[in-house]
Amino acid sequence: MQKITQNQLVEKAVSLLTDGTVSAVLGWKKGEFDYDITPAVFKTADEIKENFVWNDFCGANFSKYLVAQAGKHEGKILVFLKPCDTYSFNQLLTEHRFDREKVYAVGIPCEGMADIAKVKELVGDGIVSIEADGDSLKVSTLYEDAPALVNAKDVMAERCVNCKSKKHVAYDELMGEDGIVLESNRFDEVARLEAMTPDERFAFWQNELSRCIRCNACRDACPACTCEKCVFDNPASSVENKAPANSFEEKMFHIIRAFHVAGRCTDCGECSRVCPQNIPLHLLNRKFIKDINEFYGEYQAGAEVGLRAPLVDYTTEDLEPGEVFDRGDKDA
Amino acid sequence: MRKVSLDSINKVFGKISESNKLYLPVDGSDGVAVYTEWSEGKEWSNALNTVRSPKDFFFPQVENLMEFKTSGKNIELVDIRDEKEDFVIFGVRACDVRSFDILDRVFLSDPVDSFYASRREHGIIVSVACSKPSETCFCTTFGIDATNPAGDVTAWKTEDSVYFKANTEKGEAFMKKIEDLTEECDDSAVTAQKEKIAKIMEKLPLANLSADAFGGGKTDTFFNAPEWDELSATCLGCGTCTFVCPTCQCYDIKDFNTGNGVIRYRCWDSCMYSEFTKMAHGNNRISQKERFRQRFMHKLVYYPENNEGIFGCVGCGRCLAKCPISMNIVKVMKKIGGNKSE
Repeated sequence: MQKITQNQLVEKAVSLLTDGTVSAVLGWKKGEFDYDITPAVFKTADEIKENFVWNDFCGANFSKYLVAQAGKHEGKILVFLKPCDTYSFNQLLTEHRFDREKVYAVGIPCEGMADIAKVKELVGDGIVSIEADGDSLKVSTLYEDAPALVNAKDVMAERCVNCKSKKHVAYDELMGEDGIVLESNRFDEVARLEAMTPDERFAFWQNELSRCIRCNACRDACPACTCEKCVFDNPASSVENKAPANSFEEKMFHIIRAFHVAGRCTDCGECSRVCPQNIPLHLLNRKFIKDINEFYGEYQAGAEVGLRAPLVDYTTEDLEPGEVFDRGDKDA
Repeated sequence: MRKVSLDSINKVFGKISESNKLYLPVDGSDGVAVYTEWSEGKEWSNALNTVRSPKDFFFPQVENLMEFKTSGKNIELVDIRDEKEDFVIFGVRACDVRSFDILDRVFLSDPVDSFYASRREHGIIVSVACSKPSETCFCTTFGIDATNPAGDVTAWKTEDSVYFKANTEKGEAFMKKIEDLTEECDDSAVTAQKEKIAKIMEKLPLANLSADAFGGGKTDTFFNAPEWDELSATCLGCGTCTFVCPTCQCYDIKDFNTGNGVIRYRCWDSCMYSEFTKMAHGNNRISQKERFRQRFMHKLVYYPENNEGIFGCVGCGRCLAKCPISMNIVKVMKKIGGNKSE
């Protein structure tokens, strides 16, 4: 159950729109069912009252939309940011990807978002309604007369189970109480992969990445991927491809992308949320984050605007490449 | 009509795979069903459908067309076609069977796509009626009967048995192969199953979705509709909808430099991509709104215009389940079609 209600957010959006603080609102729009929520740009109070929704399925991170939307409207645009979204917001500001003056950011607390695939695993298909009921979700299906009660914790998205922070690191206004940076177990799965032999690890990624259909959803949802023209979309780049021509290219896309966002990825988890093939792409990025933490000291991208990431900030204390090589060699 | 007990279905699979490659939905390591070649130990998935549609069997995501090998001043053309053996796809749902008809009208009309044609000729389709449709299903909108799918053979799965009926010559030959493992039966169990499913189909949340507002000749009605702005405003421009879609048929042909020659291949393309149908003069759809509109106009207006009113969507619901922003053809139809028919 979210601590802040849909009504509170609707009131906030309507009042900021009506008093002229903002002229547009980035918010979640209700769909056909209770879980298929679409990010939308609202322009009028009536639209907001009619279609704005806030529930356990509002996972989409709006920060990246600011690259296209900030400055597009007269005056400011209102954006609602969950704690994890605020890290992406700061990282994009660090990279000068949108005009801060054109944005009014409202921080909202988040109790974790549900994963519809997990809901379906527990209660089956044919879902006709999902309502929050205390710490549970009441799920009605076509196939059972009585609705099923599932514990919200049991259907929480992986990234929320391993939530790294309930603290908002950017906002103009905060609704509810701010949280704190959490001790999470988010690197456990990375450690498990590190403990594998190189052959086992290769087999793991081969299996996962072989499912990739090159839809680019991971890249297109990623707040760290904001190149005007991605090298993989550029016919002049000679590496442009719409489909992996062989099993090497299959992996190359994801590995290159992970390298490109290394030190800039805030671990928001959008890549894995949007993957239609359930590839745990966030693990590639978390491996980089874990390595950066271990090699250069704890670093959280987006914790503040203007941070210099360790990979682009030379200091005489930096470890020698040989030390990294030795560590890799030890595993081989 | 013939039947086999569900306990013995693997014997049927074993028999078929003696002579043909047999593909069917099998749960993968992540629990999601994928069309997989059957071998001893593989179990037919209970899932309603696969994420990737079976269009892959006829129109694969990547397909090598030919190879050029160079040595000195000589260029050798190598035929690398591989679509030459009969194969069976088992467990195809009614929506996906219809998608083959939609693809046929594109690839089998003049000039015939010989790669596609050859795969179609060699493919034997065993469809299976749905037993537990999802809330995202809307095949009835396009006149598809999920209780009685087409295909070379139609199968119905009940709690304890699988029933088969051949529809074509290929289907008869298939039934002949498994004759010893199946027994003759009447159609009472299948009739009961059909009635049961038909009742569920009526209760689906999208059961009353209508495509009547759309069709050939409606380009002017919808092309400049103001709703496209709002509908496409947050589209990410990824290709998920097009790549999970069983009817999306656009492709690109590229040359892959192998170092001492070239492999010419074709791969799926997506109208959502910025370089889609890029020409010498540049691109004719420069904004995401134009790309987004193209996809839905193609399915709801352009395709029916060229194909006797048949829509280019089968209501499988994959895009509803997989779009990262949950924008999809149902929302487009309701927003744009709904407004226009009022």
